[in-house]
Parts: sequence; structure tokens; C-alpha cells
Amino acid sequence: MINIQISKLLDGPNGTMQLQIDQRIEHGHLVTLYGKSGAGKTSLLRVLAGLMTPESGLIQVHDEVWFDSKKGINEKPGNRSIGMVFQSFALFPNMTVRENLIYGLKHGSNKGLVDELIEVIELNGLSDRKPATLSGGQQQRVALARALVARPKILLLDEPLSALDQVMRIKLQDYILEIHRRFELTTFLVSHDVGEILKLSDLVIHLEDGQVLSTQTPGDFFSHRHLSGKFQFIGEIIELVAEDVIFVVTVLIGNQLVKIIVDGNTASDLAIGDRVLVASKAFNPVIKKI
Amino acid sequence: MDWTPISLTLKLASITTVVLLIISIPLGKWLAFTSSRIKPFMETLVSMPLVLPPTVLGFYLLLAFSPDSQLGQILEQWFGLRLAFSFPGLVIASVIYSLPFMVHPIQSGLTSLSPSLLDASKVMGKSYLTTLFRVELPNIKPSLLTGIVLSFAHTLGEFGVVLMIGGSIPDRTRVASIAIYDEVEALNYGAAHQYSLILLTLAFLVLLLVYLVNGGYLKRFWQ
Repeated sequence: MINIQISKLLDGPNGTMQLQIDQRIEHGHLVTLYGKSGAGKTSLLRVLAGLMTPESGLIQVHDEVWFDSKKGINEKPGNRSIGMVFQSFALFPNMTVRENLIYGLKHGSNKGLVDELIEVIELNGLSDRKPATLSGGQQQRVALARALVARPKILLLDEPLSALDQVMRIKLQDYILEIHRRFELTTFLVSHDVGEILKLSDLVIHLEDGQVLSTQTPGDFFSHRHLSGKFQFIGEIIELVAEDVIFVVTVLIGNQLVKIIVDGNTASDLAIGDRVLVASKAFNPVIKKI
Repeated sequence: MDWTPISLTLKLASITTVVLLIISIPLGKWLAFTSSRIKPFMETLVSMPLVLPPTVLGFYLLLAFSPDSQLGQILEQWFGLRLAFSFPGLVIASVIYSLPFMVHPIQSGLTSLSPSLLDASKVMGKSYLTTLFRVELPNIKPSLLTGIVLSFAHTLGEFGVVLMIGGSIPDRTRVASIAIYDEVEALNYGAAHQYSLILLTLAFLVLLLVYLVNGGYLKRFWQ
């Protein structure tokens, strides 16, 4: 069990805000932090890693106390058994793939794990290359492997796939799942991608302005339960055109554009850029192999 | 031709550069990351030699180092050092005079490194010094090279400060730039030509080296 009760004053995009978290996370869960930018997701990861110190609270991982403001305990990042993958990968440009991994080893630990990890991320042929010569997806895999060489209990992933294209994302999601299970980690993932969250996570913590709005399973979180649609997708409004008495809304779902007709009342509520749930009821979908 | 001014110049430039490198890494690191209120004042002090006439700097150092001053007396009584008109005095003056040429590239190099590199190293439990020597400095090699070469070249070309603080004592403080001035004053144009040509060539080669290395031309040539 991981116990997080912290309070930290942050400089947000709309002035200062209070990051207030009180959550208990089960060991082995993959938890997604979801919310708008500036909601405090990355800050929460940094607080967990020890890169940021909260004003007050407690962070306890199993029976280890990493932070306790009352007892004045604040473990250094290096003592926290944490692996972290940064949005920008943060690979050391002066070191090769293998050297990046070796640098992450704790003093006196076996280099065997480095070879194992290079194998897991399928980078055998590239281990003597410098990061700058690798593709984005390969760099991401190195960052993931490097975060694991110290055998952490907790893995922190700060929008790890946001810089990659769709095909690469899906492949790397499989790596993340594989690693999460194989090394029995508790993983915190910052992500905006609904498909990714549904596929990877056990739990979604929805943050807004530093506060937790809800903690739910991803299924509950994204399916608005009052709709019993058989088909539902989340997309973004690209275009909103008035035609006589109706409106045509163009929604981008995945990489497909869908046109939907709505009445004036509904349209007055919508704006370009809104994220919407598109659902269809009372249809019998037909499936056909192509 | 008397080679001692040339060798003295090279010795002064080399020692100055090494001392500057040692001082400027912690100073540049501090300036790059501090949020202290005195940072603007420190930056101003470091940059002063860029705009100040060298004679002004030389004049104040001469006053400070003179055996009649308090600092001069302390140095002489406690350490047996007399800095005015001596080689160690020249080194100290050169270090101050070339400080911005070393500190600025190091500071801007460190500032331009992604902060997440330092965070990553911290999360891995690496100490401040390990991070500095294994991550930060190796990744700002071009800035370090620029700093080293500019400081070296700038010290080669120093005249005003050296003249004020060192005078022109043969074998001790008479560096090439001073020797040129003396030879011209003595209407000995031949010797002035020789010293000048050597300095010109040295300055050209040293600067060319920076642009070749930092532009990646040498790497391409070797591959």
C-alpha cells in the first residue's frame, strides 16, 4: 500500500494553487493522473520522486516513510526506490545507450540487469549508439529501461509517449505493460490519451487545480453511465457549421473525421476544440472482416 | 631574437587559463542556477573587465598590491609575496581581466542544458559532484573549449593591465605585447615585426581551432 497525503503550494497558470492529495494506492496498480495542463500532475510526480518538497504531509510506501513533515523525514530522491521517465526522455547525450543504463545502477550492483533490460526493450544492436542517433521511440525505450536499472518499486512516467506518433505509441504501451508486470511495479502515468489510459491503467485519478476530482477505474471514468450507448467514442470538435435550422459538427475521433447533426440548443453549448463523447444508441452494429 | 617574451607570454596564458577554469566552473554553475538577490551584482562584477579600460583595472590592482597598501603589507608579511611588478601579480591580474571570457560560456552552456538531465541524475541518487563531472561538464564541452581558448587568446593579447601591474622587467614581466611596444619605441621595427607575427599567428591558430572543433569539421575529417 502506498499512502500519499500531501499539501503543497504551487505556482499554477492562474496564480498560486494548493496541490492537495490524499490517496491510498495498492501495490501493483498502474495509476493514471489525468487532467488539464497545470492541474498538478507533474508536480505530484516530482513530489513523489523527492524533486519537490511539500509543505506538509506524509508519503509512505509499504513500510518505508519517504516523507513525514511532522517527524521531519524527507528522504533524498536517490533513497526513494523510484524510476522516472521524463517527457523529454532526459537521456544523457554524452553516454551511449549502455552507459546511460550503467550510470543508473546503484553502487556495486550487478551489471547483468543492464543486459536483461536491453534485451527486454529489444535494443541489442543499438547499445553502443549515442541517444541522438536513435529515433524517438527507441530513445523512449532506453529511458524506460534506464528508469528500471536500480530496481525501483515505483515507476513514474510523465507523459512518456506524447512525443511519438500513433503507431509507436501503441507499441510502447505494450512495453510499458510488459515492464510494469514483469518487474512488479506500482506505476504512476501522466497521460491525456483516452485509448492509452483505458488500455494501461487500473485507476484514474482526475486532478483539477491541484485537487482530486475523482478516483475511478478507467471504464467508469470515461463511460458516462447515464448513457447506455452501445458505441461511444471520445473526440474533439474541429468544425461547427450552421445549416438552416440544424448544425453540422465535425468531430475528430482517433484519426477519423465524423460529421454529426445536432439541433441549435445542443450546438449553443459546443465550441471548436471541445472534447466530446459521441455515442450511438439503438443501432445494431454489423461487423465484417476486411 | 630574444624568445623569453614569447615563452613568458605562453606561460602566463597557460597558467591563467588553468586557474580560470578551476575558478569559473563553480562560479559559472552558481550563476547559472542561483536565484540569489546578489546575482546581478556578481554578474556585473564578472563582466566589468569587458567594458573597463585595462589601465583602470591595472591602476587599482597596482595600488592594492603596492607594499605601501594594507593588502600589500599583509601579503608581504604573512606570505612573503610581493605582487606588484612580479609574475604572480601578472597571473592574478590576468585572471581577473579574462574572467568573463571563461565564466560566460560556462554559464550559458550550463543554463542551456535541459533541467530534466539534472533531475534524472538526482533521481538515480547521484551526488552534486558526480552529476557535475559525469553529466553537466561532458555535455557542455563546446562551451568549455570556447572558454579555454578565448581566455588563452585574450591573455596573449593583454597589454594595458600587464603594463600597469608588471611593467617591463625582462625575464619576469616583459611579455610579448610589452616587448613589441618597447621595440617600437626603440625604433627596432624588425624585432617588433617578429613578435607581432608570432602573436598574430598564435591568435589565428587558436581561434581557428575553436571554430574547427565546435563546427564539427575535425570530426567529419577524421571520419
